[in-house]
Amino acid sequence: MKKYTYTEKKDTRSGFGAGLSELGKTNPNVVALCADLIGSLKMDAFKAENPERFFQVGIAEANMIGIAAGLTIGGKIPFTGTFANFSTGRVYDQIRQSVAYSGKNVKICASHAGLTLGEDGATHQILEDIGLMKMLPHMCVINPCDYNQTKAATIAIADYEGPVYLRFGRPTVPNFTPADQKFEIGKAVMLNEGTDVTIIATGHMTWKAIEAGEKLAEMGISAEIINIHTIKPLDNEAILKSIAKTKCVVTAEEHQMNGGLGDSVAQLLSRHTPTPQEFVAVNDSFGESGTPDELMTKYGLDTINIIDAAKKVISRK
Amino acid sequence: MADIIQLQTLATQVRRDIVRMVHAVSSGHPGGSLGCTDFLVALYNGVLAHNSKNFTMDGKNEDLFFLSNGHISPVYYSVLARCGYFPVEELKTFRKLNSRLQGHPTTHDHLPGVRIASGSLGQGMSVAIGAALAKKLNKDNSIIYSLHGDGELQEGQIWEAALYASANKVDNYIATIDYNGRQIDGDVENVLSLGNLKAKFEAFGWQVVETEKGNDMKAVIEGLEKAKSFIGKGKPIMNIMKTEMGAGVDFMMGTHKWHGSAPNDEQLAKALGQLKETLGDY
Repeated sequence: MKKYTYTEKKDTRSGFGAGLSELGKTNPNVVALCADLIGSLKMDAFKAENPERFFQVGIAEANMIGIAAGLTIGGKIPFTGTFANFSTGRVYDQIRQSVAYSGKNVKICASHAGLTLGEDGATHQILEDIGLMKMLPHMCVINPCDYNQTKAATIAIADYEGPVYLRFGRPTVPNFTPADQKFEIGKAVMLNEGTDVTIIATGHMTWKAIEAGEKLAEMGISAEIINIHTIKPLDNEAILKSIAKTKCVVTAEEHQMNGGLGDSVAQLLSRHTPTPQEFVAVNDSFGESGTPDELMTKYGLDTINIIDAAKKVISRK
Repeated sequence: MADIIQLQTLATQVRRDIVRMVHAVSSGHPGGSLGCTDFLVALYNGVLAHNSKNFTMDGKNEDLFFLSNGHISPVYYSVLARCGYFPVEELKTFRKLNSRLQGHPTTHDHLPGVRIASGSLGQGMSVAIGAALAKKLNKDNSIIYSLHGDGELQEGQIWEAALYASANKVDNYIATIDYNGRQIDGDVENVLSLGNLKAKFEAFGWQVVETEKGNDMKAVIEGLEKAKSFIGKGKPIMNIMKTEMGAGVDFMMGTHKWHGSAPNDEQLAKALGQLKETLGDY
């Protein structure tokens, strides 16, 4: 097992803030909008550095999405910022009609996704957003795994023409990807080559997949670990290549099992190479209040759940 | 500016196009289309600074119009075609398979003249504000226009947008309300009353202009010119325009029943008998 280390834990939302600030300096067409969550989304720097290109819209997310769509008419590249729940479910029809169907170059940037939002509870812990967004035709869906990857993704999507959903979170997590790693939309990142089982992880679950891989190695199980940051378009080639070798797969995500990354992988495999698959995801349930760690344990999104799923799926080969 | 007679002549032909288009596919929305014919004819033939021969999405240095009540697509398509955005012949593809003239307008099929999809109501004001903000950022002094149904004002997003536009002094923008008082289920007053619309928008910080006769070409132009006189004065501008749903076809007026119903053969003949062919049917 390849060794991964990190010097510090950082939140992915700060990666977004840093990436946005850099875009402010390098791309004059980038504008940003926020619905009363500047601090939470770490948009302070962009706002301070580019006051004329920053739009505070207040607690009015539907209006924010519409204004963002309008700003593209005139060549602007709008980045909207609010919590994932208010970035998707609350404004689904606005995104569907004014952004996706209209083909507008809007970047919908969503923080506090999933259970790790913590104590605020289920009203804010959206676990359906990946599914909602990936169902929209031509919507690109990205869920980076750490600070560096989120920063790189933020910068990369400005050069991509078309609507993007960028999902990140609240807690600090190990920052382990190289700061200079190029972010390629739609390209999987091979974290560890293995032969017994493929573990495909996205977002916060990626570090847990690495931890699981280390434990599995101690048990004599060789896990191939792939980080999928782009859920749509999915890197079919990388997944099929890995499955050809390992013949089984575990998917891990901080999202509902229905509609998430696991669904996308299962759909790919059922069409090309039917393969035993286990899902580490939330199973048809809302979350609740608690610390992020407590919630990840209660809802089965821990390192041990990935290890158990790996052992189980190997037995099904 | 074309003269009033020329505009009225064009409006009559547009009305013929509308009833023929919806009749051909036995679906669509003639009532609101007929009611807004004079407004759209006036807007696109004298008020709006636009380039119909070389359509670009960004519309740099052009005035831009957004149709928020997308169901009145027949009048929109007819006016765009007769301004030269696309061949008039294409009107016969309205609502048919593989057409660029979808039931509700879309950019999806790259129809020249259309810059946003609309149909699901209440979204166009936000989009227009975004386009107005882009104009300001680009130091482009052109004007943004939008049109909304009165029933559409029941959507909450409209009021989010109305609040934003005044708080942020979006003063390069003129919205118009098609105030015909009717919606699918009946009179707006009975479905969900808008109360005092003028007072509401004034309370929201808008400059309100009232066009009492929205089916009188001269009055429509005067209303738009008055609205334009308030551009750049720190407030978004609302043109509350009273119209008659179904205007120009006697049996379609005075009722909400033609909001989304197409005439049959006999009704078409009757309607066309009231609308003399002027510029040639498509």
